[in-house]
Amino acid sequence: MKLETDVLVVGAGGAGMYAALEAARAGARVTLVDRSLIGRGGATVMAQMTVAAALGAEAPDRWEHHLADTLAAGRGLCDPALSRLLCEEGVDCIREMDAWGVGWARSNGRIKQVHAPGHDRPRCVYVDFLNTGPAVSRTLRTRLIRTPEIRRIGELLVLDLLKEQERCIGALALHETSGQFVSIHSRATIVATGGLTRLYARNSASANMGGDGYSLALRAGAELVDMEFVQFFPIGHLAPRLVGMDPIMWDPFRYKLGGRLLNAAGEEFLAEDGRYVSARDIATAAIVKEVEAGRGSPHGGAWLSFEHCSAAELRAAFGPVIERLAKNGIDLTKTRVEVAPIAHYHMGGIRVSPRMETCVPGLFAAGEAVGGANGANRLSGNAVTEALAFGRQAGRSAAAFASSSKAAAPTEAPAVPGGKKLDANPAAEIARLQETMNRDVGPLRTRKSLQRALAHIESLDALCGEPVEKKPGLDAAWLDWMDLRSMRLVAEAVARSALAREESRGAHQREDFPQTSEAWTRRQRACLGEKGLRIEA
Amino acid sequence: MKPERKATLRIKRAEGYQSFEVPFEPGQTLLDGLRWIRAHADPGLAIRYSCINANACKECMLRLDGETVYACTERLAEREMTVEPLPNKKLVRDLVTEIAPPDERLL
Repeated sequence: MKLETDVLVVGAGGAGMYAALEAARAGARVTLVDRSLIGRGGATVMAQMTVAAALGAEAPDRWEHHLADTLAAGRGLCDPALSRLLCEEGVDCIREMDAWGVGWARSNGRIKQVHAPGHDRPRCVYVDFLNTGPAVSRTLRTRLIRTPEIRRIGELLVLDLLKEQERCIGALALHETSGQFVSIHSRATIVATGGLTRLYARNSASANMGGDGYSLALRAGAELVDMEFVQFFPIGHLAPRLVGMDPIMWDPFRYKLGGRLLNAAGEEFLAEDGRYVSARDIATAAIVKEVEAGRGSPHGGAWLSFEHCSAAELRAAFGPVIERLAKNGIDLTKTRVEVAPIAHYHMGGIRVSPRMETCVPGLFAAGEAVGGANGANRLSGNAVTEALAFGRQAGRSAAAFASSSKAAAPTEAPAVPGGKKLDANPAAEIARLQETMNRDVGPLRTRKSLQRALAHIESLDALCGEPVEKKPGLDAAWLDWMDLRSMRLVAEAVARSALAREESRGAHQREDFPQTSEAWTRRQRACLGEKGLRIEA
Repeated sequence: MKPERKATLRIKRAEGYQSFEVPFEPGQTLLDGLRWIRAHADPGLAIRYSCINANACKECMLRLDGETVYACTERLAEREMTVEPLPNKKLVRDLVTEIAPPDERLL
């Protein structure tokens, strides 16, 4: 089967949806595909709060102040042009979302902005209660449905980007439920597949955040950057088990109510004095070190307490969420919960210009899939802003590229070779790889742990190296095998970049190199050559 | 030694019902049990989910003992639980049904 379009957008999270809308606004015919359902998979829909933009609604603000905070949080490694795009264009995007009816929380008609760690003033907008991501996704999806120039196709997994000489001319995809291969020919292609947090056993990711886009880009000849910088969200929910709640849920609780982060002895070890002020990299390392020193909570994290809050305060701040906690047997006025660092976001990603162009003509990227705007550590609130601002820019650039380039002649989907019979359980191998990444390429790293991880990663070559036969129709095991193949490549890029960076900076903490080194104020790139993956400083 | 605790998931598949014993820990969800089966017993078992635990994506809807539930919010229990695909949607395979809106499908 074959399809043809001006602009192909891969991934229908916040970045992909905004990119599609913007490309259509610029006059392009757009095809938006997602391996999951449109607007349901990916990270945006799971974002509970908050979105940073210098609206100046709560206190006077300018995007330059937001930029200064973003650069400081990035520990010297941000690509300033990308950070600027996030902070400057982000303001317009947040206002446009407001005009589209997203429903940013308001007080007396004025948009409310909260003060998040690392920001110099109240700057973060949100939708109550814990509803920011779903509201953003729904708003964008509603716009998509009203835009006839955009064709939306779910359950379509992109397997490879197609090239004609140096140029990207579309993608080969698998329609998951029917098992049909589909070639999609496009004049321009945008990768908006999100990050790689599914590589880690403890993550806040959805099932489709295994780094697909990084693997696609590498194999098409594009470069990745800053792959060693995986952000761990310090206070992911650990215990007791909660259902129907995102593990990042304590973030908004701390924004609104402060809360006390305690070790086993009941001491605040971050000198926060009940305020939510520690940057994510610092809080993550502090919790891991408390646990290592034997001062962790029973399940290996820290305690988070809202016992100082009254039931009325809790209800005013979180309304129906308090009921959901009660259903899980938790009364925060009486019970502390356990929290621990959890893989949450990836600062690194595909290397692009401020126009979101990769080094492959016709190939663009947007959102978390892009590396560089957040350097070595991301400020809270910057991820959704990045998705929207970069999505908009990518849509604009791709539409311009499409209007000035010739279409490649559509051809049938290339035959996919039969391959060997799958003789392993790829779902089990993914779980093993996630355990290794969490233990050895997690918040604290050493040369030894990284080498151990690389040995595991390389041992997957036998399973991932040769094609595996796909059964007709929906073949769940084959889909896992495809994911494992991508995850293996991306895991190698993370571990090798981490091994090469012999210093500690932001989210990359080497126990054997605890200091930040001036000489390492530079970024590493990864590309795929004939001899495999290459990391260059 | 504590006796091992188990839940039994009786799953409707093309060839009929198939039962799997999965380890039970208090607090686990039905989706945890289904994912355990995929990683330990049968990677070919087809299920649909995306957000895993947040109840945000709404993709994991199926039938448990004749009632429509989300697998990610339904607690696993130490008994036999009968799991079936949604009855009013076209069956794709095992527990996966065609739930995409018609104008967002390829075919």
